[in-house]
Formats: sequence, structure tokens, C-alpha cells
Amino acid sequence: MTAIQVIRSEWTKIRSVASTVWTLSLAVVVTIALGMLISALSRHDFDSMTPQDRLTFDPTFISFAGMSLGQLAMIVFGVLVVSNEYSSGMIRTSLAAVPQRGTFLASKLAVATALALVVGMATSFAAFFLGQAMLGPHRASLGDPGVLRAVFGGGLYMTLIAVFSMGVATMLRSPMLSLGILMPFFFLISNILGNVSATKKIGRFLPDQAGSKIMQVVSRPDDSTPYGPWGGLGIMVLWVLAALLGGYLLLRRRDA
Amino acid sequence: MIELEGLTKRYGEKTAVDDLTFTVRPGIVTGFLGPNGAGKSTTMRMMLGLDRPTSGDVRIDGRHYDRLKDPLTAIGALLDAKAMHGGRTAYNHLLCLAQSNGIPRRRVDEVLDTVGLTAVARKKAKGFSLGMGQRLGIAGALLGDPRILMFDEPVNGLDPEGIHWIRNLMKSLAGQGRTVFVSSHLMSEMALTADHLVVIGQGRLLADTSMPDFIARNSRGYVRVRTPQREAFLDALRAAGMAVAEVDGGALEVDGVPAERIGDLAAQHRVTLHELSPQQASLEEAFMQLTAESVEYHAHGAAPSDRRDGTDRPAAPPGARAGDGWGAGWEGK
Repeated sequence: MTAIQVIRSEWTKIRSVASTVWTLSLAVVVTIALGMLISALSRHDFDSMTPQDRLTFDPTFISFAGMSLGQLAMIVFGVLVVSNEYSSGMIRTSLAAVPQRGTFLASKLAVATALALVVGMATSFAAFFLGQAMLGPHRASLGDPGVLRAVFGGGLYMTLIAVFSMGVATMLRSPMLSLGILMPFFFLISNILGNVSATKKIGRFLPDQAGSKIMQVVSRPDDSTPYGPWGGLGIMVLWVLAALLGGYLLLRRRDA
Repeated sequence: MIELEGLTKRYGEKTAVDDLTFTVRPGIVTGFLGPNGAGKSTTMRMMLGLDRPTSGDVRIDGRHYDRLKDPLTAIGALLDAKAMHGGRTAYNHLLCLAQSNGIPRRRVDEVLDTVGLTAVARKKAKGFSLGMGQRLGIAGALLGDPRILMFDEPVNGLDPEGIHWIRNLMKSLAGQGRTVFVSSHLMSEMALTADHLVVIGQGRLLADTSMPDFIARNSRGYVRVRTPQREAFLDALRAAGMAVAEVDGGALEVDGVPAERIGDLAAQHRVTLHELSPQQASLEEAFMQLTAESVEYHAHGAAPSDRRDGTDRPAAPPGARAGDGWGAGWEGK
């Protein structure tokens, strides 16, 4: 048994179920389309903005506006990749074929992460270019300071959201339970915690809020965030590693 | 060869598998028999390293399951027909298993042909009937051409033709010198396929014996006799040294004597006979009696919920006692 064999097997698994195609397509379409729409609206709003708002106008970040919704599809992808095994009973067949559970999990995550990275990067670059096209005269260019980092970071952000979901699903096993926790958390709770002043200090250390910092090019003058773009991404990576470690420890001990 | 040594699995208070020690040998079909809930599937999952034993050990050809290199080439298992992703085609299901163990792609086509699913190879598994799912599971077990095969209730959901097919498949696999271990809750099914029998009830080993031995010890032959001169004939039979039991409805049961001798005896004593019929206790009865006793035995010590699988089982016949007849010798094997 070599890792290459298991990775090949996991690639067959991931490409042979419909959920892979529809979750990733949805992530691409929603992120780009919503980003374009918000960018087009912002272009019209620009003239009526206060000078203060014009100063902090961040065309790069605006073109990523679709990610708040598109990330939900990435979460579904990450959850289904792992929990499909459990909800179908395939896990027993899989672990009988690959009893080294660390190899099994690492191979599955490697294949799904690679796929998410390719799709995430392509989405991020497409969302940027199409969003800038919508912004017209107010657009940013890839050569501007910090912009390439933000666009590249957008791809990493989408990937990490998916991997975090894989880790959570490995711990929880049930797709309904995993989605029931992750979807409202990232769509509602994280936003609420991050915008209410009492919880803001905690909220900005949550994986999505810390990670999305990397997509910002222009920061607000009153911004008191104690980390920079890469620091934020680092915080998100720590969350992801914690979820994966938890998943691995549970998988290693658990009866299948 | 599969060796179990003191294998035990507890879930909290409940003991699902209790100190099982036996060996599954190559070249024969070994039947693994027990009522539903006896611990058969749990035992099989521990054999495959899916569940962790509370104590004890299982070895596959001398090794722990997770030490096997490419385990599907050493042992193939059908656990349950639904252990697959319904959205994947039969071909892709087998392909991902083959790839994980370095099994060549052409084996996928071969095993699909063996189980008769070539025509639906590109169809999604969720559209399969239970019988087709079972065949796909069996294809997965055969994929690595393993020396050991394990089937959990393989005839479930199969039509008569399918049942016939799986029986012959198991026999031919054993005939090739492979180890075949198959579970069932039906004695009648085992009587047709198994050469050796391991019986468990409430997770405990009840019998580990060859099939011919089991049949010889359990298919008790006796002759039922009805006569209007019951008392007189009873005396005559006893005088001739025969073991007679009086049963309900006025009939007599004579053990271990051919019907001819009883008929001759009746003629000598000028006794009128209304019935003289040789009887054979079925293996199914013997099995139910065996496992019913294990439930009775455990009822005092185990939680009430442990008995739920025993409620629909007929009570042991009056007069049945543990330790009678064949059961006495199995422990030493």
C-alpha cells in the first residue's frame, strides 16, 4: 500500500460523484456573478459617496463580495467530500481497503484540497478581472500594490474554508449536522460577532474574518485589527489545522 | 486462516462479543451462525480492523489487519450491500477500491463479469436492487483475488437463482483452497453450504464443530408410536430395554431403535398400533434450542434490553436441558 495508490483511488472517488461538480460549479458561478453585480452597483454609487468613503474605496475587495455567498458552496463541497463516506456506509468498505487511517484521511484531504485550490484560484482571478471590468474607471490593476496578494489570497481563502469544513465533517461525520453548524456560523453568527462592538474583538479571530483580511487592499483609517493580511491568513490556517487534527484523532480511535 | 483469541467487545455495560476463541481454516466453508444480534457482524468488523476490540486479538494469516500490505489481496469481505456510495457507478466503485490496493484495472471487468453485473457496470448503484447491491459487494470482495473471503449474510435479498449461485461460488472458492467464512442466522442455509460450523449466541461461543458432527449429534432420530393399549406396550418396550418417553396426546417416543423392531415387538405382544412413524428433529430446531438456552442462561446476568432479539424465538421444548447429548464435547475442540 502506497500513498500514491490511495491518492489515485481518492481521485476516482471524488470525480465519480455528482456533488463534486455541482458544489464547485455553484461556488464559481455565485462568487463571480455576485462579485460582478456588486462591482457594477458600486460604480454607480461612487459619485454619490462622501470623500471619506472614496478614500477607503477598495475596488479589489469589492470584486470579492460574492465570496460571502460563494464560500457556502465551498463549505458544502468540503462537508460532502468527507461525510459522503459516512452517510452512504462506504466508510467501512474504504477503511477495509485502506486500514491505515492516517493515510486514508491524508490522501482524501490532499485530493480534495488540490481540487479546491485549483477551483478557488481560478474563481478568485476571474472574480477580480470581471469585477474590475464592471467597476470601469474606478478599477484596480493587478500590478497595484497589494492587489496580486489579495487576489492570490482570495483563492487561498476559498480553499481553506473548504478544508476547514472537511476537518469539521471528519469530526462530526453527519452531513446534516456539519452543514447545520457551519452554514449558519459562517453566514450569520460570524458576521454578527464581528459587527457588534462588544464581540468585535473576539469575532475578528474567527477563521473567516481573520482569513478574509488578506483580500483587503485598502484598510480603513480607524482599523485597529491587530494582525496584517498574512497574519490573518495564519490565524485561519491555525483553525484549519485544529479542525484537521481533531478529525484525525477521532477517526483514529473511532469504530467505523 | 483467521485466528481469534479471546476477542471481546463491550459497548458500555453491554457485552456484544464475549471472549471468542476459534480458528477459521482454509479449504472449507466455515459457517458463522447465530440469531440476529448475537454479535456476528461486530465480530466480522473487528476481523477487518473496523472496530477496535475491547480485549483479545484477531490475526489474518498471522498478522493484524492493519499490518497487511494491500489487504484486499489477502482478504475480501462483503459486510453489507449498502456499504457503497449510491451516486457512484458500479464500475467506479470497484475501480476506486482496486486502485487503493494496486489491483490492475482489468480485474474490475473480470469480477463484474463473475457476478453478472457487466450490463449495469455504468449504472449508479442507488438504482440497484438489494440483490444487485449484494452482487456488487461480492464483486468487491473478489477483486483482489484474496486467499480469504468473508461474507456477512450473503443470501439476504437474493432470489432463488442468486442463492443457488452464491452457494456454488462459496463451495468452489473453498474448493480452490481458500478460506471461506460466511455468516447466517439460518441453520437451513448453513446445512447446505458449510463444512464447519461456529455458533454464537449473546456474543459467546456455543459450538465449534464440523457440520457432519453437528448433524449426527443434533438430528435425533426417534419413532413415534400410538396404540390403544398404551400401558401394556409401555411395559413391553421397557422390558425390551428401550428408552421410551411419554409425550402429550398419548403418543410414545422411542429413541434410537429402528421402527421395524418396535413393530415386531408389537406383533409379539399382540398390541394394536395406530401409528408407527420414524421422526427426525430438524437442524433448525436444534439450533434454536441451542441459542434459546444461551439467552435463558444470560437472562439473569444481562440487562433486559439484551433480550430483545430472543422474544420471538420459540421456547425450548419441554425437557430440553443444557449439556444433553452433543453439546457436551465442543468445548475441548
